Amino acid sequence: MTRLGLILSLLVLALFGAALVVGPASIGPVDSIVALIGGDGGASTLVVREIRLPRAILAALIGAGLGMAGAAMQGYLRNPLADPGLIGISGASALGAVIALQTGLAVQSGIGLPLAALTGALIGVLLVLALAGPRGSSLTLILAGIAISALAGALTSLVLNLSPNPFAANEIVFWMMGSLADRSMAHVWIAFPLILAGTVMLATLTRGLDALTLGEDAAEAMGLRLNRMRMILILGTATVVAGSTAVAGAIGFIGLVVPHILRPLVGARPGRLLWASALGGAAMLLASDLAVRILLPARDLKLGVVTALVGAPLFLHLIHRTRREGL
Amino acid sequence: MTVLSLSGFGVTLRGRPILRDIAFDIGGGELVGLIGPNGAGKTTLMRAALGLIGSVGHSSLAALAPAQRGRAVAWLPQAREIAWPVDVQTVVSLGRMPHMSTGQRMTGADRDAVDSALEQMGLTELRQRTATRLSGGEQARVLIARTLAQETPLLMADEPIAGLDPAHQISTMETFAELARKGRSVFVSLHDLGLAVRHCTRLIVIDRGGVVADGPPRALLSPDLIRKTFGITAWFQDTPEGLVFQPLEVAT
Repeated sequence: MTRLGLILSLLVLALFGAALVVGPASIGPVDSIVALIGGDGGASTLVVREIRLPRAILAALIGAGLGMAGAAMQGYLRNPLADPGLIGISGASALGAVIALQTGLAVQSGIGLPLAALTGALIGVLLVLALAGPRGSSLTLILAGIAISALAGALTSLVLNLSPNPFAANEIVFWMMGSLADRSMAHVWIAFPLILAGTVMLATLTRGLDALTLGEDAAEAMGLRLNRMRMILILGTATVVAGSTAVAGAIGFIGLVVPHILRPLVGARPGRLLWASALGGAAMLLASDLAVRILLPARDLKLGVVTALVGAPLFLHLIHRTRREGL
Repeated sequence: MTVLSLSGFGVTLRGRPILRDIAFDIGGGELVGLIGPNGAGKTTLMRAALGLIGSVGHSSLAALAPAQRGRAVAWLPQAREIAWPVDVQTVVSLGRMPHMSTGQRMTGADRDAVDSALEQMGLTELRQRTATRLSGGEQARVLIARTLAQETPLLMADEPIAGLDPAHQISTMETFAELARKGRSVFVSLHDLGLAVRHCTRLIVIDRGGVVADGPPRALLSPDLIRKTFGITAWFQDTPEGLVFQPLEVAT
């Protein structure tokens, strides 16, 4: 493992540990670890195992998935401004979730909302594949993503617009900001297989992404199967985004900012950036979720708001630096 | 040994026939220049022969499986793209990809190929530099070095020397000629007829969708062909320094 990989792994481990010991219930660090491993069946075991552990696992999983998907998307499109939301799946799955909230499906069953979000994502993927599947190009992929995002956004607004009472609308708006509060192991079991499958698919792209540094023509002549690669990219990203959005709502900026920060540290090689961004994404989302709990513990600060608040200025700084370097 | 074989080969784009009835073979040790006016279909011919765009008829390269093709031919497209600010040796190392299986590290042979490619293109000093910060001509040389590192029996390049300074134009053509002397083949499209007649062992002239002439430069060039195909008059003469070709003026 490279030095960067080691540093990032240690950072993720440290933040994961911190996520287990920080929270509104005042349980000391040592007591938290004891409660997690020992499990005396008391209140602190319940808090650490049922509240903090799923939350920490989800933050690490979703962060890693979104970071990797962002790096893959940027590498494939050879554009540092690409992001996993680009193919429209986050919009489509948010629409599914919003419909579940609106119809009361989310209240009837704990996993009603995630399932509705996954259904939305599936419809979104089928649309993207139909528009930019086997014989598309990177441009049709971007356009298809924009069209699906716009359509899903319009339908989400329609649901909000027709919402019969302000409380439902309020709930929808809060959900859309993205959060990991009050998630259970059931949520982990929904997100885990999806994000794992998605990252495994994306991880097969490392060679192809490196080759694409030379452009599509040269890469294809070197033996790269571009059409197959695009299919894997769409399916892998969609699976990651669907799994994330279904349990945590829309969390922006991880997939955009993390690859951007780490790119200079891996010598700009798109293949290596994939792994670095997975670790970096996990670290950033764990840190953001810690910030949510530490900064305003009483006010239910939303995770998506924090990632955007941290991500946007960071991104502005990066753009400024890029411009100064004339790159 | 034939490294590229085309027969009954043609390309139709958007219902318009661009090329038809193309047939030629390229053997080992040849430096073949593909010449013709703008729009004659030089790039189309090369991309179709590689199987990157659809075609009719037979092309020995397009018939290969993608993974085999990367070991049979190295392709340098006209658009010089280096998408990320990676260093020079990383770009050149990408040429070794077709020889490595997934997840495999570079072996000593791979590193030797990269070193020798860097040296042939005069890039050894620049190997740690960020490729995207180099000048256009230097980037072109980096990309040529990538195709050299690929160590394929055939190297195909679309206008590889456009935008290089005269010294690097000549040294690049000499690098190609040296490859040909060692038994590998090079197929390049060129606009500089002077360099084409001087360095190529064979020229293929295409115009209006077909091959109009094919053979060694000395036997091939006639004032008539030059006027008909390129619409110019030219002076050329066999000198002790080799064949010299100088375009003069647009034919009326």
